[in-house]
Amino acid sequence: MSELPQISNPLEFFLFNGRAIGPQLHLILWGLGLLCIDFLIPKGKGRVGAFFAVGGILMASLHLYWLWGQSLASAFYGMITLDAFALFFDMLFLVAAFLSVLMSYRYMEVEEEQGGEYYALILFATSGMMFMAGAVDLVSLFIGLELMSISTYILVGFLKRSKRSNEASMKYFLLGAFSSGVILYGMSLLYGLSGSTNLDEIASRVSGLQDPTLLTLSLFMMMAGLCFKIAAVPFHMWVPDAYEGAPTSITAYMSVAVKAAAFAIFIRIFFVAFSDLREVYTLVLALIAMITITWGNVAAITQQNIKRLLAYSSISHAGFVLMGIVAGTQSGVTAAALYLLAYTFMNLGIWAVVILLRRQDIAGERLEDFDGLFFKHPAIAVLMLVFFLSLAGIPPLAGFIAKYFVFAAVLEVVFAEAGPNTSILVWLAVVAALNVVVSLYYYFRFVVAMFIKKDYLPAPLSFSGGLIVVLVITGILTVLIGIYPQPFIELARAASESLI
Amino acid sequence: MSFFMDNILTIVCFFPLLGVALILVWPRGKEHDGSIKWIANGVALAGFFISLPLITEFNDARFIDSESGMRFAFKADWIPAIGAQFSLGIDGISMLLILLTTLLGFISILSSWTAITERVREYYCYFLLLQVGMLGVFMALDFFLFYVFWEVMLVPMYFIIGVWGGPRRLYAAIKFFLYTLAGSVLLLLGILALYFFHHSVTGIWSFDVLAMQQLDIPLNLQIWIFLAMFLGFAIKVPMFPFHTWLPDAHVEAPTAGSVILAAILLKMGTYGFVRFSLPILPEATMHFLYPLLVLTVIGIIYGALVAMMQKDMKKLVAYSSVSHLGFCMMGVFVATPVALEGGILQMINHGISTGALFLIVGVLYERRHTRMIADFGGLSGIMPVYATVFLIMTLSSIGMPTLNGFIGEFMVLQGVFADSTYRLWAVWAAVGIVLGAAYMLWLYQRVMFGELEHEENQNLPDLNWREIATFVPLIILAFWIGLYPKVFLEYLHEPVNQIVERVRPNQFSPLPAQVALRE
Repeated sequence: MSELPQISNPLEFFLFNGRAIGPQLHLILWGLGLLCIDFLIPKGKGRVGAFFAVGGILMASLHLYWLWGQSLASAFYGMITLDAFALFFDMLFLVAAFLSVLMSYRYMEVEEEQGGEYYALILFATSGMMFMAGAVDLVSLFIGLELMSISTYILVGFLKRSKRSNEASMKYFLLGAFSSGVILYGMSLLYGLSGSTNLDEIASRVSGLQDPTLLTLSLFMMMAGLCFKIAAVPFHMWVPDAYEGAPTSITAYMSVAVKAAAFAIFIRIFFVAFSDLREVYTLVLALIAMITITWGNVAAITQQNIKRLLAYSSISHAGFVLMGIVAGTQSGVTAAALYLLAYTFMNLGIWAVVILLRRQDIAGERLEDFDGLFFKHPAIAVLMLVFFLSLAGIPPLAGFIAKYFVFAAVLEVVFAEAGPNTSILVWLAVVAALNVVVSLYYYFRFVVAMFIKKDYLPAPLSFSGGLIVVLVITGILTVLIGIYPQPFIELARAASESLI
Repeated sequence: MSFFMDNILTIVCFFPLLGVALILVWPRGKEHDGSIKWIANGVALAGFFISLPLITEFNDARFIDSESGMRFAFKADWIPAIGAQFSLGIDGISMLLILLTTLLGFISILSSWTAITERVREYYCYFLLLQVGMLGVFMALDFFLFYVFWEVMLVPMYFIIGVWGGPRRLYAAIKFFLYTLAGSVLLLLGILALYFFHHSVTGIWSFDVLAMQQLDIPLNLQIWIFLAMFLGFAIKVPMFPFHTWLPDAHVEAPTAGSVILAAILLKMGTYGFVRFSLPILPEATMHFLYPLLVLTVIGIIYGALVAMMQKDMKKLVAYSSVSHLGFCMMGVFVATPVALEGGILQMINHGISTGALFLIVGVLYERRHTRMIADFGGLSGIMPVYATVFLIMTLSSIGMPTLNGFIGEFMVLQGVFADSTYRLWAVWAAVGIVLGAAYMLWLYQRVMFGELEHEENQNLPDLNWREIATFVPLIILAFWIGLYPKVFLEYLHEPVNQIVERVRPNQFSPLPAQVALRE
């Protein structure tokens, strides 16, 4: 942490700190601006809102790019940090938000729910995530978490006339609020024990505690709450319903960005504040990861609806990311970060295709809706195949590199015999490896439908310029991370080095 | 020319992609199918010809890596962050398998000329992609790269079975994919264990296969890694009891798919044992030798017995593969010089004779759309050329002297017998030869001899020129290996000696620079 400069007047204070949270400010101001001009946008021209939001995201990205070259270490008296870890995740959120907005506007027209507040909420949620990634203090962390969560609750229920969407939003809200409460309770215990809300200070103050009972309780409260947010079994119940009911573009956004943000605070809390308790939580987290991967995959086998299938598959992917945390090493954090990056592209790609299939009067979610896609739109079907193979972890695609890294991180610990519970880690690796086979099975049910079944639904797909851009970007990156992963690995490594 | 020779492995490996690119940009429509066939055949044939310098320049000192003895080695950084390299290189074993791959790749593409009428463009794309994966597997000297190639070929093979296969093709295709993948992911964990051990000893992050072959790994760790790798390779071979995907895949696959599956894909498993398991984990191999031999013998005899009972010709040939590969693996595991060399030669032989047998079954299937033995009989009178080819390949498969199968089987048996501890296992294997003769000759008898009872077989046309062209190179090779195997064995002496020296040091005198049979 660099020294805070002596700041005498308020204006200087805001200028200095404002630069540090510039990307978030951009998102919030553009979002507010969008709300202000929304009533000026004539009906049927809802796309203007989308382009406005894209403008905000691009400006935030520019600011983030500028921050990358700066050596601003922290702001707001140590509430917010700007280490490589935070910047890595900020970038990931902006990419996810950018792609989600681009795939949204045509879809929201099909759903007849186009509205400026939709994009504004995406911007607000993204800024909340960026606060989470940069938070090194329990207070800023929780504020970021709530800003993100509340925006997402509304977005999930954005299809106001759809019962499914309303139900999903309600369910997500109740369980989400509950889990936030559990996290908050854990935080309050932590504050009581250490007398500080700063993660670094907490770490140094709790390390000398005589009786670790309350600390352990706080750890497990936080773990349970965070497992809700990342959707790990047994806290995953809300996922299939929320993912199915939400507007598909929001499901896509949630499955990558919301999940990545929850992982960012998960990693930060567990690697900074609870770094001394590794022996306590490794075993539990390893078991959770094992069950999450397996249950997500097993439940996905029988799904006939692509949204539910991808919901379960995203549960299992969360388990794979957890493996990086279980490893508890710097390579583990690298692996988790790289996995989330790869997952962002391959998963958004898949969701983009699902959105493409949503047409007037056709939900485009059932297995049968994919029948014969290859014969009508070979390029789309081949892209979908690439995304599926990548999700399953077949080389040379992004998903394989990601899976390779989590396996390597776990086995590295076994070989270094650095940590406790090495035998459970071996089992974790074996179980996770065999789950690759299971996941391939259910992904390929859709591949069979696309490439081998012949009866194609005649209605034209909902193409739009934005969607094509999304497909091209995600497709290229899914292949590129697989074939030439070096720069992406370096990014993820820089992120993990700054944390540990 | 020198650019070509300096990068020959890379060029040979990725050459089929040229065909894929051409086919993809070729105008669409049914009327262009003909030209797509010509492109695919042309590229595959050219791929075979550009792989020929591998054999002619093999012993040219310029292309030999002085340290490892690998030929045409090529190395470039790929993912420096984890130490993975794009590293290719071949020795005598991989050279023969590469030539087998380019040759059989062409033959199977040629054999699809009239068999494939649907989705022609994709079919040839998948075949050429498959070719890239298979060639890469035999060339890779970096474990990470090897794994990438190993997995990459699953996808095109899945589609070849799944789209152009028989009635239960979807089941067979996904079974093939899942079985192989289950083994592969465990193989990946084994590779990672080696990677970390290599780092703990040398401090270098590297997947270099040759460096791993130099490691002294404690037996305890070797055993675990061996088990992980064993599953990966044994499922691919396939060894009993992991063979159940094979009959399904073979029966449902289109003819060319079966040919390439039997001739090349299965060899990837045996090659994995020879290249990785034995030299890297020698003590573990010896540790498990007894149960491994039990599995190979069960494979030999069980495969033969099940083959005998089959009503479907293709299934019969598929089970005969299980039996023959048991032979290969017995030679490989016992790892006396002669047995190992015989096992490797038997890999090539199996590629030639079983590949040809699948083509032979395919010829009848294309004409009659049935593969049931009971639907035929007495064909020798109306299809004389076919009868001759079928006979030669039957005899090759059962190990008739003067043909290739004999040399391989003889060397395996002799090599096993040379080891006094495992002498008796040769007896069991010999039982397999007798059974092999029984089911193959019985098959031939039921299909070719006797009365022509089925009306619809009356007018079956004999082989046409294209079909003859697919068989001629295989027949030549069968006789060549059978009559003068020295040419092929010479390339194997050096790597075989190296492997034996690793696995069973100082027990056997190395192979002399002459034909092993004359010992």
